[in-house]
Amino acid sequence: MNKIVNDFSITVGTKNGSGSSTANNTILRSIFKMGIPVSGKNLFPSNIQGLPTWYTIRANKDGFIARQDTNDIVIAINPDSFAKDLASVTPGGAFFYSDDIKQPITRVDVAIYPMPIKAIVRNDPNVPSDFRDLVGNMVYVGVLAQMINMDLEKILAALTFHFKGKQKPIDMNFNAVKAGAEYAKTSLEKKDPFYLEPMNKTDGLIMADGNTAAAIGSIFGGVQFAAWYPITPASSLAESVIDYLPVLRKREDGKKTYAIVQAEDELAALGMTVGAGWAGLRAMTSTSGPGLSLMTEFAGLAYYAEIPVVVWDVQRIGPSTGLPTRTSQGDLTFTYHIGHGDSHSVILLPGDISECFDFGWQSLDLAERIQTPVFVLSDLDMGMNQWMSKPFQYPETPMDRGKVLWENDLEEIKGNWGRYLDKDGDGIPYRTIPGNKHPMSAYFTRGTGHDEYAKYTEDSTMYIKNMERLKSKHYNAQKFMPKPILHSVKGATVGIIAFGSTENAILEAQYQIEKEHGIKADFLRIRAIPFTEEVTKFIEKYDQIFVVEMNRDAQMQQILITEYPQHAMRFKSVAHHDGLPASAKWVREGILANYEKDAAQKKITGKKTVAKAKPVSKSKKEATKKPVKKVAAKSKSAVKSKRK
Amino acid sequence: MTEALPMAGATANVNLAGLTKNDYRGAPSTLCQGCGHNSISNQIIAALYEMNTVPEDVMKFSGIGCSSKSPTYFLNRTFGFNSLHGRMPSIATGALFANAKMKGIGVSGDGDSASIGMGQFKHVMRRNVNMVYIVENNGVYGLTKGQFSATAERGLQLKKQGENPYMPVDICMEALISNATFVARSFAGNPKQVKELLKAAIAHEGIAVLDIISPCVTFNDQANAFHSYAWGKDHEQPLHEISYIAPRSEIMLEREMEEGEIREVSMHDGSTVILKNLEKSYDPANRYEAMRVMEEARENNWLVTGLLYINETKPTLTTMYDLVDTPLNRLTEADLRPDRSAIDKVNALMF
Repeated sequence: MNKIVNDFSITVGTKNGSGSSTANNTILRSIFKMGIPVSGKNLFPSNIQGLPTWYTIRANKDGFIARQDTNDIVIAINPDSFAKDLASVTPGGAFFYSDDIKQPITRVDVAIYPMPIKAIVRNDPNVPSDFRDLVGNMVYVGVLAQMINMDLEKILAALTFHFKGKQKPIDMNFNAVKAGAEYAKTSLEKKDPFYLEPMNKTDGLIMADGNTAAAIGSIFGGVQFAAWYPITPASSLAESVIDYLPVLRKREDGKKTYAIVQAEDELAALGMTVGAGWAGLRAMTSTSGPGLSLMTEFAGLAYYAEIPVVVWDVQRIGPSTGLPTRTSQGDLTFTYHIGHGDSHSVILLPGDISECFDFGWQSLDLAERIQTPVFVLSDLDMGMNQWMSKPFQYPETPMDRGKVLWENDLEEIKGNWGRYLDKDGDGIPYRTIPGNKHPMSAYFTRGTGHDEYAKYTEDSTMYIKNMERLKSKHYNAQKFMPKPILHSVKGATVGIIAFGSTENAILEAQYQIEKEHGIKADFLRIRAIPFTEEVTKFIEKYDQIFVVEMNRDAQMQQILITEYPQHAMRFKSVAHHDGLPASAKWVREGILANYEKDAAQKKITGKKTVAKAKPVSKSKKEATKKPVKKVAAKSKSAVKSKRK
Repeated sequence: MTEALPMAGATANVNLAGLTKNDYRGAPSTLCQGCGHNSISNQIIAALYEMNTVPEDVMKFSGIGCSSKSPTYFLNRTFGFNSLHGRMPSIATGALFANAKMKGIGVSGDGDSASIGMGQFKHVMRRNVNMVYIVENNGVYGLTKGQFSATAERGLQLKKQGENPYMPVDICMEALISNATFVARSFAGNPKQVKELLKAAIAHEGIAVLDIISPCVTFNDQANAFHSYAWGKDHEQPLHEISYIAPRSEIMLEREMEEGEIREVSMHDGSTVILKNLEKSYDPANRYEAMRVMEEARENNWLVTGLLYINETKPTLTTMYDLVDTPLNRLTEADLRPDRSAIDKVNALMF
């Protein structure tokens, strides 16, 4: 049998609330510490205890660590999902199971490994009876370690980290690992091809989840106020802010430079955040879809009254309560036009853990610079799963507090200012902050119609002027937005556009479609709305652009079509919404299903379309273009004027 | 009301903050002639002027409705936020963290607080946010032209609505149950009491609820309506006569006041609230008594007014957070961004 080294997936089927996450994280961290690129995804139900839950790990020497749809190694601990788990093993794979489950083994094409988990734990006098189930999970870690050459020293390191150096639980758990390994060594014969071998591909990387990264990033952004309401999968973001603030903003006098409030609901959470942002604090809230629905009215107020706040939406799948513990990119169009009346939101789209950190501080700068709510759309996969990541980088630019007038500034201009006056012609007005002692500092903020001096008005001309300024402010803001990331392939003939947590799956699919189908695609990962110039240029470059996203209705594509109507026909949707972290399989299949070979070929040869385009073509260069492209050329100026 | 306008070089009519009453005024009211809310705005102006409050040390808030328009009509020099329907409490809660030395003055209505904003109303009480929370209570929706509000009494007849079938919400009872630390009821037809209660409320540290029956002359001022001027005048039962004595002022008691007839409440800022007993002695520090008195008033159809409850011992929201002395909104990058070495520390905390 040929060995398969550092290229397989492991899925553990357990019961929710059985304490298996420590064991599963230990496997993930051990592989990471062995230097092998790895990912771990918790596929869990909305439940505290009892329902089936899976944890799927992928190790890949080439760095392709998106979730795999296939399971090479399956560990079955849950009798309720036993049959399903056994059926899910790929032919030639391995199946480990807790031998107290007395169910028929129906497969002959996989290696079968029983594990006497209960017996091993019972035999250890150091494990109290009420800890047996928890510690029992460590037995499968040990058995697996022995069978695939997972380094016990790395397991010890992972446990030491997990238990924060507390010797008693470390020993108790590690003894179970060793007992499991010992059992496997003496009683199991290796019949599957999967092995780990140490590499150095994770040197210098860390492991973290996006919610923690976002929280710490926000603290480096100087967050002063956060209000929140518990919701999966966003709760741990606010909880991390609460955990890390006392550590990172500790003062000698013990006084606080911040305040965190658990609000009564999401209406109040954003309400408090808007109040704080209005009063000059760096303010944020974090939620998920259902909470964002409740925040809608305050989001509209903050947009219209121009109040800086940051809203993190760790997306889960909707509509309504939806699948509360499943991931999604389904809040994009809702966020983009959140609130009644005309509005455009500034949106940041982090795609990995270090970007969650970066956008943590950058969002606070952007909110104060642009004086608008900034929405950061993460998702459950990024927010709650442990990802390999570059270490967090210290912010490279000083804090940008935006256009604020304090007493001295007002003195200089003799108090002559207007809250909504577009003095600089960039759509961004100046603001003052409560506590300013200058007698001309105060103004009255309202969600009703207002003039340039914040006075109530229903005057049509003033209303239009103000709304047009808000629009131009939005589009001008593109110059402050993070630029997209381009993963380019030499000789690419088509494009892929995506955002957020799908990057790993797309990179793998990008590689596969080139290798297996000869399709060369450049991949642009968008990181912000409004779109920057680079996005425009990318779209102009390709006749076929696959827009890959995790929702039903192709939401990013909808926005692209709205913003680039002249290029509407170029976009082909690859949308998927099963609630699971993205896999290369559906990305690849989606692209292949939509790919038009002729269209891409013609780009190279120009043959096919010459005849078609002849009646209207004027030059050789134009003749190589599809008819839609002429529309593009025509409406280019329309885009420009729109963005003025 | 006749006011002498300040004249060049004259120091008359200037308070200890060096300001004239004009410095406390707002834009002209656009509410109806005779609206109770206008009278309350005038008392807010008078109270703050007499208390020598600097307008820049206050933040004013409101929700949506006739009452919520009124912050435009006082304190031009004060930052204000006319927010969303029923959401004034959350805006104020967040904003007041920015500078814990500033006082909030919020004006809401019965629709704003007792209906759409009931949730936030209750929670701002239990958090003891440092603000005066005025409910200009008229039992009716004015801006939308005369629908019942949640404080309208059962049986109330309104022109287009017919008869109100539901029991009313009692703002003061709700505030008290939610652990408010200052609960008072007054009547816009009794401006002197409104002003003195306002002063006491401003001096109070923490949430101070003032439920002021403020008749709507356009939609709900029928003589038999609970929230009308006529009914209020006939049925008002003040608990006491209230006077606010500024810090460091000598307390001058009128000669006829005898031992046991008055009650002094010492406020945190050094001021004193003097309550002169009327028919019976009333102790506003007693929560049971407050509930009993409200229940008694309900049973007897009285409009009981005065300081129903006060507790000066509970910490305010910002006090609980143990904030730095500098207002949070004056902190700079040096205070807010961890230094460069912290990034290694953080990365080391990750696996």
